[in-house]
Amino acid sequence: MLKKSLAFLFMFILMIALVACGGDEETTDDTDSTDDQTEDTSDDATSEEEEAESSGDGGSVEIFSWWTGAGEEDGLLALIDLFEEKHPDIAVENAAVAGGAGTNAKAVLATRMQGDDPPSTFQVHGGAELNESWVAADKMEPLNDFYEEYDLMDKFPEELIDMVSKDGDIYSVPVNIHRGNVMFYNKAVFEENGIEEPTTLDEFVDVLGQLDEAGVTPLAMGDKEAWTATQIFENVLLATLGPDDYRALWAGEVGFDDDRVREAAEKFQTILGYVNEDHASRNWQDASQLVGEGEAAMTNMGDWAKGYFSNDLDLETNVDFGYFAFPGTTEDFMVITDTFGLPKGVENPDTVKEFLNVLGSVEGQDTFNPLKGSIPARVDADPSKYDEYGTDTMEDFQNSNLAPSLAHGSAASEGYLTKINQEVNIFVTQQDVDQFIEKLQQIAGEL
Amino acid sequence: MKITRDQLMALLFLAPSFLLLIIFVYGFIGWTGWVSLSNWNTLVPDMSFAGLKNYIYLFGDYRFQADLRNTVFFTILFIGFVIILGLGLAILLDQTKKANALFRNIFLFPMALSFVVTGVVWQWLLNPSTGFNQFLQVFGIQPKWYTDTNILAGFQWESIEFGLPVAMIAVVIAAVWQMTGFSLAMYVAGLTGIPEELREAARIDGASELQIYRKVILPMLTPITMSVVIIMAHISLKIFDLIYAMTGSGANFVTDVPGVYMFETTFRGNYYANGAAIAIIMLLLVAVFIVPYLINSRRGAS
Repeated sequence: MLKKSLAFLFMFILMIALVACGGDEETTDDTDSTDDQTEDTSDDATSEEEEAESSGDGGSVEIFSWWTGAGEEDGLLALIDLFEEKHPDIAVENAAVAGGAGTNAKAVLATRMQGDDPPSTFQVHGGAELNESWVAADKMEPLNDFYEEYDLMDKFPEELIDMVSKDGDIYSVPVNIHRGNVMFYNKAVFEENGIEEPTTLDEFVDVLGQLDEAGVTPLAMGDKEAWTATQIFENVLLATLGPDDYRALWAGEVGFDDDRVREAAEKFQTILGYVNEDHASRNWQDASQLVGEGEAAMTNMGDWAKGYFSNDLDLETNVDFGYFAFPGTTEDFMVITDTFGLPKGVENPDTVKEFLNVLGSVEGQDTFNPLKGSIPARVDADPSKYDEYGTDTMEDFQNSNLAPSLAHGSAASEGYLTKINQEVNIFVTQQDVDQFIEKLQQIAGEL
Repeated sequence: MKITRDQLMALLFLAPSFLLLIIFVYGFIGWTGWVSLSNWNTLVPDMSFAGLKNYIYLFGDYRFQADLRNTVFFTILFIGFVIILGLGLAILLDQTKKANALFRNIFLFPMALSFVVTGVVWQWLLNPSTGFNQFLQVFGIQPKWYTDTNILAGFQWESIEFGLPVAMIAVVIAAVWQMTGFSLAMYVAGLTGIPEELREAARIDGASELQIYRKVILPMLTPITMSVVIIMAHISLKIFDLIYAMTGSGANFVTDVPGVYMFETTFRGNYYANGAAIAIIMLLLVAVFIVPYLINSRRGAS
């Protein structure tokens, strides 16, 4: 009898727990929506009216990103502070999703977009990641009027506006620029071996050979995740094709059977002969560390690595480590840009545009970028706010040909990129040029 | 047959969890199966019927073929070592009755860690330039562990080289280190369950200790071995976290497994239908082990 009633009690507790769990979600939802409109002191709280209220002025804006790392989070928070200062009546919700270099955030975003519950605005790389996915799926509002209203058309480089446009309509506002075709090198190692910064691919290969003979690992690579190798390949492609044909390659106007693509694959293969042996066990930070410690001479990485060299490894720019454009691409700038757009079906588009306006303003960009370690997307930002590397890069940005990065989703869609990453991963080990070219053609044909 | 009050109550209490299971487990398995037969390979859902297109693509895909090869060798090595080491240690513990509990706990402890922790730790230990190799270089050997791209006893099969990927051995070491304690605990429990009288009887009949183990004890442990195989098989076929934390896909996909491929192709590449097809194939692989076991244990029960 006792046993039976104990079992009954247990079941009863289970049931209660189940009910309580179900109720939990509702409660959090409730608090969320009250948080959203703390200013509104409406007595009536039927859900329809709640929605209607938050769509008016003084509503809320939810900013979706994957900026949770050290410098980038500081930048985002400073930007939010600036916005709240200007619009104290609008509540800001920072909906950043951590992990996987944006992979987790993108998965969450995809679910929300497909469930017709878009965030007010979200981080997306300019180029294919925006145009071939969300714009192609008809989920984004064009921002042409916004650009005209705030007179932004000539505040960004034309090539950059092209990257966030599809069929003549503009779909997002760029906030920052990173450069992908940068080589970072250890100054002491270069000096000891009497090496000058190479400017062409042939000089580069010579330098690699010299360093190798001197017993130094010439190039550090960390391709535990394949994109770092893809990044080297895209820079070699840019070098052999030049910026115009490089863009044409991704537009499908130049084929992968082009001789210069083969040349790039062969050069890539040569370069791979000079990388550290344990490349597959390292990520890009571990590879940069090899350069910082002088065990390897140089590494190719986007300029977020600059922050790693100066902040994490505590090295001094142009004293301990130097930088130069990837050989053969000195006149070019491989662009990685974070942008924010306006999804369709957002309740309060005008409030979101207020945020985009702050984000696109000189003040907004000069608040965000020095902290994030990137340069502003606007051409009229204040160079005195940036360090030596920043001002150098800002100058290059205005004087170079801009090219969209493949490894960061700007040149081609994410699906395409995952497949190319797979082929690059295979190529790094097998180094079979014919098979690589054949596979690249096959992938290009599928899409 | 009349339903008694007790039975009615039981049904009433079972109903909520039953309903939730039907929807959130079996319902979504069905949904995944349906997605795997669709054309949904972009961000925008496209549920038009594609037949077996996604499956045909996968079985012709270099990466998936490599995944299947890796899974086969990982499963065999992992289960094999977990059983041999677990049983061996359990028998040793069985000999020394005194410190039995202490050692059992020491060996069981790694199981308390998550695979992610194990993965990160072993990634450092087996890193070719920092870990064990610092010690091993005294003897002049420098194994490349999980960065090794060689395939042992390889031969060309479809588009891949079929054989034992050397890099997988490093992953097996980490997995075995974590799970051996579990099989050890199972075997220790099994050994204590064998009545001392049986051994006595065998001894009186003149059997040597070795014979007692071979002819009496091991056969009595068969059900335990079965359970260990089933549990380890479903862990190894679904393995994701250990690989993801420790090695990633590896150069030339030498340490890639279907779980990692499924995650990347679905959430990085937006190939939802392909990802769903991988999930269904994984489910079928696990079912190959589980279903006969379930049928068997049902027969035993009735």
